[in-house]
Amino acid sequence: MSETAIQLESVRKDFGDFTALSEVSFEISDNEFFTLLGPSGCGKTTLLRLIAGFLNTTGGTIRLFGEEIEALPPNKRPINTVFQNYALFPHMTVRDNIGFGLSMLGWSRSDVATRVDEMVSMVKLDQFAERRPSQLSGGQQQRVALARAMAPKPKVLLLDEPLSALDLKLRQEMRLELKRLQNETGITFIFVTHDQEEALSMSDRIAVMSAGKVQQIGSAVDIYEFPENRFVAGFIGETNLIEAEVIDASADALTCQLVNGAVLTARSLHEITKGQKGWVSIRPERMTLSKTKPKGNSLSGTLTGATYLGTDNQYAVGLTDDLSLNVRHQNRTSVGAAMTTGEPVHISIADNAARFLVD
Amino acid sequence: MNRGVDLRRYFGFFPMTLLCLFILYAPLIIVTVYSLNDSRSITSWEGISLRWYAEIFTGPESEKFRKAAWNSLTIAVMAATTATIIATAAAIGMIRGGSFRGKSASFALISLPIMVPEIVTAVATLIFFSAIGFKLGTLSILVAHIVFCIPFAYMPINARLQGIDASYEEAAHDLYASRWQIFWHVMMPIMSPGIISGFLLAFIISLDDFIITNFVKGAGVETLPTAIFGSVKQGIKPNIMALSTLLLLLSILLVTASYFVGQRREKPVPTNQKPETEA
Repeated sequence: MSETAIQLESVRKDFGDFTALSEVSFEISDNEFFTLLGPSGCGKTTLLRLIAGFLNTTGGTIRLFGEEIEALPPNKRPINTVFQNYALFPHMTVRDNIGFGLSMLGWSRSDVATRVDEMVSMVKLDQFAERRPSQLSGGQQQRVALARAMAPKPKVLLLDEPLSALDLKLRQEMRLELKRLQNETGITFIFVTHDQEEALSMSDRIAVMSAGKVQQIGSAVDIYEFPENRFVAGFIGETNLIEAEVIDASADALTCQLVNGAVLTARSLHEITKGQKGWVSIRPERMTLSKTKPKGNSLSGTLTGATYLGTDNQYAVGLTDDLSLNVRHQNRTSVGAAMTTGEPVHISIADNAARFLVD
Repeated sequence: MNRGVDLRRYFGFFPMTLLCLFILYAPLIIVTVYSLNDSRSITSWEGISLRWYAEIFTGPESEKFRKAAWNSLTIAVMAATTATIIATAAAIGMIRGGSFRGKSASFALISLPIMVPEIVTAVATLIFFSAIGFKLGTLSILVAHIVFCIPFAYMPINARLQGIDASYEEAAHDLYASRWQIFWHVMMPIMSPGIISGFLLAFIISLDDFIITNFVKGAGVETLPTAIFGSVKQGIKPNIMALSTLLLLLSILLVTASYFVGQRREKPVPTNQKPETEA
């Protein structure tokens, strides 16, 4: 187990009457690519700014490699930030921007020059070193911002939605680039984003946040396959949520009665007792439609809609008048194509695909 | 452009424009032209000569003008410098100081002196100086000038600072710069076009001030405007036109310089801009 880089203990932040963060407690290991994921206003940027030192906590403790950093201003914390708008100094060249932190740390001129050369080639900006930020494209500015923040070899690098200003293709390139830089430097990355694809593709672990609280922390697989609650299940990817009650909790899987009367087996992350009410979550791509009743976990309904989406076919299956499920088939076979709306269909649910959520 | 609201289409737009420009600039042009007149009279033209320019530097009034010009220049430099420093501090406090009680009242108080009739300020300053027993002289002129220059220096600095994203300071702070280092290495260079404009504006306002100066200058101390006024009271001579023309040229020079400083300096990078070219 590697060392703990950042430790948060019951961190709380209030802005007047508004509580932006409450009871945030978790640890980030050294060398980890850790992502804070959530919709805007969930508190992820506030948390980042607390770690950077731009804001002070209302309560709780933040430790960096075991030491409390609450009392330190940003310039005394060995933590650097890549800003959402890059915040490159417009009056300085690329070289001077990258060397700024080092000069402020009191490095000698020649040491700064050596390190800047290293960083410039690391982010592949050799021909642009003498330019001003305004003479660079968005992607190049992004690289300068990264190089500037990594030059002083911070213990932790904070990235505040750094890819949001780039267009799609560049964004995808930069994801790989970020991952490469993190591997090469071994710096702990804390990455803030509202883009689930970004989070899933880069992170070692992800903290899903909502309404100032951490909803779940886990690997990409954990949060997608085993969501903690309805928010996580709905925010990461698509899902179908059906109200249900547990009618038998004796076996290792729960037997749930859905709101329409159908019975399913589902699993939960937690110890659940009989009579517990909640929701069953099933991902659209974990269900298969068929005309004959399949074995195992299944439901029956009427096909009410079919949409062709290129890679996928998307179907709407009505279980009752006001309960409809969304089912996706990858476009590999023509099974789906043969279905016509209005027909009765059966839905087969993959093993382990039904998750019982309490809230 | 919606052609229906294009002002140029209104009847009489062009003659009206010419009339306005004529009223604004005709007196200046007449003064400039007649400053080159060879005649002692200010109305009859007798050919081109630079004798009245020479007269400023060598004539009987030259000693008085030299002294007055020196006073004006030193007072303007010192007043503009001091006012610019105070205005810079005020702008940073107003824009970066977060919200505090009486913020809009403070802004009004800073800009109000521009709108108060100058004669009121002049009388008030004189009364204040005599009330506290402040001896009238060069120093009293300087203090009065610093005070009325502050709002003029403040406006361009404030406007510039308003356009600077707070994330530059955060980035510098994050990169181990102390408060002073942030100010010297990041804020000052980015703010400098505003600061230079503010300084030049304050300089011209101070150089050109007559009313307040005349009230607080005390006996025997003259600045260029009060010296010119004193001279004109004994009849308008062509050398005054020459002197006025020189002052006009200096003003044009400074305003032009201030304009080019604003143009040449690089603007802050617009945030979240789309890439123009790709590497």
